[in-house]
Amino acid sequence: MTANGWVQILFFCVVLFAITKPMGIYMLKVFDGSYRWLGFLERPIYRICGIDEKEDQHWTSYAVGMLLFSAVTMLVTYVALRLQGTLPLNPQHFPGVVDRQSFETAASFATNTNWQSYSGESTMSYLSQMSQLAMHNFASAAVGIAIAIAVIRGISRRSAGRIGNFWVDTIRGTLYILIPFAFVLALLMVQQGAIQNFSPYLTVPTLEGAKQTIAMGPVASQEAIKQLGTNGGGFFNANSAHPFENPTPWSNFLQMIAIFVIPAGLTYTLGRMVKHQRHGWAVWAAMFILFFAGTTTAYWAEARGNPIHAAEGLDVKASSLQSGGNMEGKEVRFGIANSALFAVITTDASCGAVNAMHDSFTAIGGMVPLVNIQLGEVVFGGVGAGMYGMLLMVILTVFIAGLMVGRTPEYLGKKIQSREIRMVMLAVLASPLVILGFTAIASVLPAGLKGLNNSGPHGFSEILYAYTSAFGNNGSAFAGLTGGSYFYNTTLGIATLIGRFAVIVPALALAGFLSERKVVAESVGTFPVATPLFVGLLISVILIVGALTFFPALALGPIVEHFLTSARVLF
Amino acid sequence: MAALTHSLFDQKLMTIAARDAFRKLSPRHMVRNPVMFVVLVGSVLTTLSLVHTIVTGGGSIGFTLQISLWLWFTVLFANFAEAMAEGRGKAQADSLRKSRQEAMAKLLADPSNHLDFELVPATKLRTGDYVICVAGNVIPGDGEVVEGVASVDESAITGESAPVVRESGGDRSAVTGGTKVLSDWLIIRITANPGETFIDRMIALVEGATRQKTPNEIALTILLSALTIIFMLAVVTLQPFAIYAGTSLSVPVLVSLLVCLIPTTIGGLLSAIGIAGMDRLIQQNVIAVSGRSVEAAGDVNTLLLDKTGTITLGNRQAVEFFPVPGTTVEQLADRAQLSSLPDETPEGRSIVVLAKERFKLRGREVGAGEGHGEMKFVPFSAATRMSGVDFNSTMLRKGAGDSIAKWVRENGGTVPREIDAIVERISREGGTPLVVAESEHGKARVLGAIYLKDIVKGGMRERFDRLRAMGIRTIMITGDNPLTAAAIAKEAGVDDFLAEAKPEDKMQLIRREQSGGRLVAMTGDGTNDAPALAQADVGVAMNTGTQAAREAGNMVDLDSNPTKLIEIVEIGKQLLMTRGSLTTFSIANDVAKYFAIIPALFLATYPALGALNLMRLHSPQSAILASVIFNALIIIALIPLALRGVKYRPAPAGIILRRNLVIYGIGGIIIPFIGIKLIDVILVFVHAV
Repeated sequence: MTANGWVQILFFCVVLFAITKPMGIYMLKVFDGSYRWLGFLERPIYRICGIDEKEDQHWTSYAVGMLLFSAVTMLVTYVALRLQGTLPLNPQHFPGVVDRQSFETAASFATNTNWQSYSGESTMSYLSQMSQLAMHNFASAAVGIAIAIAVIRGISRRSAGRIGNFWVDTIRGTLYILIPFAFVLALLMVQQGAIQNFSPYLTVPTLEGAKQTIAMGPVASQEAIKQLGTNGGGFFNANSAHPFENPTPWSNFLQMIAIFVIPAGLTYTLGRMVKHQRHGWAVWAAMFILFFAGTTTAYWAEARGNPIHAAEGLDVKASSLQSGGNMEGKEVRFGIANSALFAVITTDASCGAVNAMHDSFTAIGGMVPLVNIQLGEVVFGGVGAGMYGMLLMVILTVFIAGLMVGRTPEYLGKKIQSREIRMVMLAVLASPLVILGFTAIASVLPAGLKGLNNSGPHGFSEILYAYTSAFGNNGSAFAGLTGGSYFYNTTLGIATLIGRFAVIVPALALAGFLSERKVVAESVGTFPVATPLFVGLLISVILIVGALTFFPALALGPIVEHFLTSARVLF
Repeated sequence: MAALTHSLFDQKLMTIAARDAFRKLSPRHMVRNPVMFVVLVGSVLTTLSLVHTIVTGGGSIGFTLQISLWLWFTVLFANFAEAMAEGRGKAQADSLRKSRQEAMAKLLADPSNHLDFELVPATKLRTGDYVICVAGNVIPGDGEVVEGVASVDESAITGESAPVVRESGGDRSAVTGGTKVLSDWLIIRITANPGETFIDRMIALVEGATRQKTPNEIALTILLSALTIIFMLAVVTLQPFAIYAGTSLSVPVLVSLLVCLIPTTIGGLLSAIGIAGMDRLIQQNVIAVSGRSVEAAGDVNTLLLDKTGTITLGNRQAVEFFPVPGTTVEQLADRAQLSSLPDETPEGRSIVVLAKERFKLRGREVGAGEGHGEMKFVPFSAATRMSGVDFNSTMLRKGAGDSIAKWVRENGGTVPREIDAIVERISREGGTPLVVAESEHGKARVLGAIYLKDIVKGGMRERFDRLRAMGIRTIMITGDNPLTAAAIAKEAGVDDFLAEAKPEDKMQLIRREQSGGRLVAMTGDGTNDAPALAQADVGVAMNTGTQAAREAGNMVDLDSNPTKLIEIVEIGKQLLMTRGSLTTFSIANDVAKYFAIIPALFLATYPALGALNLMRLHSPQSAILASVIFNALIIIALIPLALRGVKYRPAPAGIILRRNLVIYGIGGIIIPFIGIKLIDVILVFVHAV
């Protein structure tokens, strides 16, 4: 680890802290309708779509709206991908995408996962990228933010199950937050050197005299929303490691901040909406501590490098001449600190963009992203998804520990009883069911084992990572796993759908139930939700629930690999 | 019932509980508790695997046998805990049953004719029947006294040997079946059918027969069930993972891991904690109608306490006479004494005594003589708020300032301005001013005021401080004027007061508190308290109260001690804390168990995982066995804690939370590391593995 690396990490932390409040206030005002500087666009949209913006929906209608919207957009994408060959803006004349991949891609993008079992530059036309994938990048992110806002409304309101209007929330999130921010970010990316064109691919002679095809495309615009909406689906297969997607350390910094800006801001919005700003900051603090711990661990593990190298007498120390540590699969222009930081951010959030190959990380360095996703991506998390996921954990914390103060558990004055806890546990249960279930199937079925490029614990980690990433709607890949088969396309597609909707629907139900509860007065006897003690407790619950669920699987993957590497065994 | 309390680990109770632990193995009972049901299924599976091992001859019989045995112990220990908690209640129910003798009732055909009765067994009585009970009779059923006054021995239900007076009308008209008339006679209208009487309900409650899961218990059961499912997924998928790694796990090993991980500690003790909480209330002589109200007691934000009898001693004492100008203090004392002669209240008597001590005025006989004719007593009523005597053409009245002023004006007098100053001064000092006025020959005048002083009970300030520390506000309810109320409130240390309270004001106050999201607890005894008792979240009726009050409340205090409310709240809080602490402990335990079992499971395949064997346990078999044994023994070890409740000291939530987290959270992580290692060492020492 170097001073330079730490300065960059700390700079990121400071900027993250600084943007939280302004972003939070902006989102608060957008969703309560008091900032309407794009009203001239917003109102006609309502008129054309027949949306009554005053309508306050019951949580069931809200959920049905969300499910319908997701289903229809997913179907449209499936059809568009299948028919790609007959549609315009396809200078490379790519044929239609195969059925299994079309399903998986449609599911994956509709759920904000962006798991890609294909290489963008050799599979997707410009039309598919821009009209379908980019559309989902906006829409799925807007849905996520809408859900988070709706859940917070349920907590803060007393409104007999009514938690806002899905259509209004989604449109406002897109119009006021995603489009303007993505627009600015895209310009910044272009300024840094990301490409934005519709040219056919270039063929250039290399220095050795060989011919190389260089992929082109409207990259910067895609890139902006890919980060901002925590989507993560790269234009190119190399994702943010590709120099056209992420050319400079500055563009890298912007990409990292873009991932966290909305999730971090939402903690402030939470504080304002529930009228308990210190609670909002407590949630921020819990997220930040987990983020910082993850970053430190990953940076330490990567900077330390492969113990075998050191044992062989190789110089792995960082110096002015070399990065040192484990540079396999990392870009030299980012180095170890920025690669570790990016890996942690992209998996804390459900982004999944990568600027280095997680598969090439050391065992512990690679376990950090894996654990981040398994904890539910609640460390800032995906846009909206991180917030409602975290609120589920907050309620679980309040329920387990709340009794210890001698009162029946309550969260911000709302009693947590069997209906609420049932919803929380439904959402929590989905993750071991899908992740462990599918991993178990894949690790014994020939169809699953066939996709492995590595054996032993590392191969196991690859399978575990794939389903974890799919369920967590992350979309980053450990790589090393050949995901393009009927078995993986189908099961991973299903995992993304369950990971999205088996969490959202209980979260909306929870919000509806809480909005039906009357508010209990606060006193010194009330469970504190804004103290350091609460922050510690919340972190413990997140870690313990995650660890208890996944410890056996982790022990057989990265943990044993770590010990074996120390014993000089590689896979 | 004080005499019926049992020590926590009475030999006889333990024997019965041990027997019941086996009886509770029936699947129909076990399925109510999903966590322990899973352990039961696991025990059966392991036992089958044992049989299979014996028949086929492969594998380690000794190891599987020990695992099976300890798994069965785990289930039995949990059942034992529940049986222990029920045991104490059962013993009490048995004594209650004995007290409910097969009494004969003297059924009256006509309540106005006391002589025409028919002897019938008490079980034949129905609601609406009239019975007569004379000295020596056991009251055959719950009822309302319609005629007569008698002293009644209620020790059978309250444990209090001093007899109490029951009389018709007023707030002491309720009688309970099973109690005994000691003197005089009563005519009673029966208000409960056999099987529905108070004593029947009490037996059912202490036995836990009518026990239903409380809302929080249901929610907690959902959490524990979900955790159980998560661990089942973690354990079930471990087999394919093992196959991938090139090995395979046996059924006893997988079941052991599962049982160690699922929250058996809290799962096994949850119902015992609930029953024990009810039992602690019963030890305090409070009968709760449901567990729900005990939980609500823990959540209470506001306590409404009647001033008289709760915060202050019941009787106020006259300490000073303040005449208005134009009246001598002797004159006032004389008139005050005269007006109080027939007044049997403690206040009235203290006035007579004060006049006698200060001015040597003898207590005179009520009735004709001494210069006045036949004296007619005008009793105090809530409507007039004054009392007094009439004789000849003279009327004497004493009462609240405003009501006397009204009376004086109505009787053609004027109210001197000085009396206001006197009243205000007494009030500000926390006394109750009792204004004395007379009317002679149709002309009324105010004589002065008597200073009645309230005596605040000792130790109340400290108790209110404790409540405040827990975030509970106390509101004093009093009929006194605001000035008096404020002074007493200050002296007693309550947070707020409601002065000049009428029953409907109390109701309004409860509604207002509740609409602000606060839970309210109160005590009451009179019929006019009944609506408020029903409205309050925790309504504690005094056993001496009327039948209406006892039915409206959700708890009955057999000692009729209104300050008991504070203990009730503490018991409620303690119950919830115990539940939370043991849940935390149970979940925290899993960390150590993982470090014991996971390396043990895969040591053969991945020797490198031995690095996770932080406890340096002897062998995979000893590690698994030690974990299972620890898991079983911890249930037994925590039974006393579950029954007694966690240590409870009033403090703000943050401080309580920190303390319990340190003990049960961090302790829950550390203790199993030590425990499992210790058991492992012993197992190796006795060559069990």
